[in-house]
Amino acid sequence: MSQKILEARHVNKYFHDPITVQVLNDVSFSLNKGEFVSITGKSGCGKSTLLYIMSTMDTDYQGEILIDGISMSGKQEADLALIRNEKIGFVFQFHYLLNEFSVLKNVMLPALKLGKYPEDELEHRAYEKLRILGIEAEALKKPNQLSGGQKQRVAIARALINDPLIIMGDEPTGNLDKKNSEIVFDIFKELAEVYLQSLLIVTHDNEFASRTNRIIEMEDGRIISH
Amino acid sequence: MNFKLIFSIARSLMLARWRQTMVAAFGVTFGIAMFVSLLSFMSGLNDLLDGLILNRTPHIRLYNEIQPTADQPIDMSDTHKSYHNFVKSVKPKQERPEIYNNMAIMNFLKSDNRVLGIAPKITTQVFYNVGVIDLTGAVNGIDVEAENSLFNFQDYVVEGDYIDLKNTPNSIMLGKGLAGKMLASIGDVIQLTTSRGERTQLKVVGIFQSGLQDADNTQSYASIITTQKLLGESVNYITDIQIKLKDITMAPQIAREYGKLFDVDAVDIQTANSQFETGSSVRSIISYAVGITLLIVAGFGIYNILNMMIYEKMDSIAILKATGFSGKDVNRIFTSIALSIGILGGLLGLILGFSLSLIIDQIPFNTASLPTIKTYPINYNPRFYMIGICFSLLTTYLAGYLPSRKASRVDPVIIIRGK
Repeated sequence: MSQKILEARHVNKYFHDPITVQVLNDVSFSLNKGEFVSITGKSGCGKSTLLYIMSTMDTDYQGEILIDGISMSGKQEADLALIRNEKIGFVFQFHYLLNEFSVLKNVMLPALKLGKYPEDELEHRAYEKLRILGIEAEALKKPNQLSGGQKQRVAIARALINDPLIIMGDEPTGNLDKKNSEIVFDIFKELAEVYLQSLLIVTHDNEFASRTNRIIEMEDGRIISH
Repeated sequence: MNFKLIFSIARSLMLARWRQTMVAAFGVTFGIAMFVSLLSFMSGLNDLLDGLILNRTPHIRLYNEIQPTADQPIDMSDTHKSYHNFVKSVKPKQERPEIYNNMAIMNFLKSDNRVLGIAPKITTQVFYNVGVIDLTGAVNGIDVEAENSLFNFQDYVVEGDYIDLKNTPNSIMLGKGLAGKMLASIGDVIQLTTSRGERTQLKVVGIFQSGLQDADNTQSYASIITTQKLLGESVNYITDIQIKLKDITMAPQIAREYGKLFDVDAVDIQTANSQFETGSSVRSIISYAVGITLLIVAGFGIYNILNMMIYEKMDSIAILKATGFSGKDVNRIFTSIALSIGILGGLLGLILGFSLSLIIDQIPFNTASLPTIKTYPINYNPRFYMIGICFSLLTTYLAGYLPSRKASRVDPVIIIRGK
């Protein structure tokens, strides 16, 4: 029996502006360690909303979220920030790198915040992650000197730096061309298979989804298959 | 807390927008520089104007006022206690204006450790004889050395040397206006008549200019011994004892004490010159108000720039929060940006303010009433610099408070989904 690292229990979510709409309707699912799972569905079915609730960034919901067996209900903002820092790595559709810092520093930022290792050790680890993603040569460049695909790989390295429990992706290939999408998918696949990294990726790209271990399909705020 | 990380992020954000940061810092610099130089200048001017009177006024003056006795004999009579008296036209009794037993009083004062120094004095009315005209005026008999050490007598001597007053027998130092009227210069011998009708000839050894026109037109100085001779009095004759205290604020209290103890009239400087205190404090308030206004304007500059920076860096704030920075961390980043601007701008402001003060200190300022002043006065009190830097930190903190709070409340979901 493999370990449940992420679990949603009867999650409901409403948008109140301009009129009250139910976006998530009694959503329950769980994710085991080492799984590579994708959430698919049409635009507006609530898949991104679910991801942000699972990521602890959105706290306005009913139901319960458990990360690593611990309930996220009633936790303070600072505690949730620490959990995101330590246990969750993010990859978004847009790379969100800070242009003020070098690629290396961008990757190191979450780890510097966590402060688990001394800075030189962190630098070594950041190089390690960049090497896995094949962009160590760009480490000292500024993000705006990189191509779109390279930026997204830096974002993945940043997500990996604290050895998170799970990597969450919101349309990580949405902004990339076919070739770069392929590269990113291969990286995810490798992370899952070689490093046993758990991944939860929201995508509307059915081809991408079909190659993952498990597909959670959503429609109108409900999970219709998983 | 990982302050090193917070500072390094703050620094990078500032460097990325260094032009705006510099503009904000210059706002503070300008405010602080004006604040410091304005206060130094105002305070220098205050000291100068106060010094006009306060420096040469004793903190406490002991003298005998000529006035009728408060307790008239009729009041002391037991038989007439319940009667109402109609005695009118009571006159002061014939009494010399000297302070009795003044040697003992002076010895006592010298041993009182609250007293910085004392200077005995004789004031007497005289007529200066200029041909057929008599000019009314007054001669101040002074202990030349004590007067100089306590009241900077030599600062007001514009011609001659103050010590000649002591070293030359039968010498006098005339006010500038008076000397002009008498056409007297150093070395001349003038004649004056005392209130008792005796004529004396005195040699002019110097001319003083106090800056107070009234005094310069009527007064003159002579040594105590010369004045005693002039009046035909003994060497014990003294009409005033001037006291300078270590702490000027104690003057009213000590004046009351001495008045009772020596049975003389004692007046303190605060009572005698209360209008100067008022003038100084009003000028200080105006300078503080102007300085603080400048800093508040600079504060708005910082507020604007931080707000702009936060709108520009919304994405960065969102990703920092998504990757585990709490609202508090983000708040600290922007607060440290604000404070850095405050410290940098403030320190530059202190330097600029000091330079401005140095420049003002070099501007010529010649006025007939102030013979010792050649340039504009500046008070280099470190207190103004302390207040300046504290204010700059306070205003920048307050200016950064709202924008930092706004940044800390950025909801990463809204920003990230908005793309």
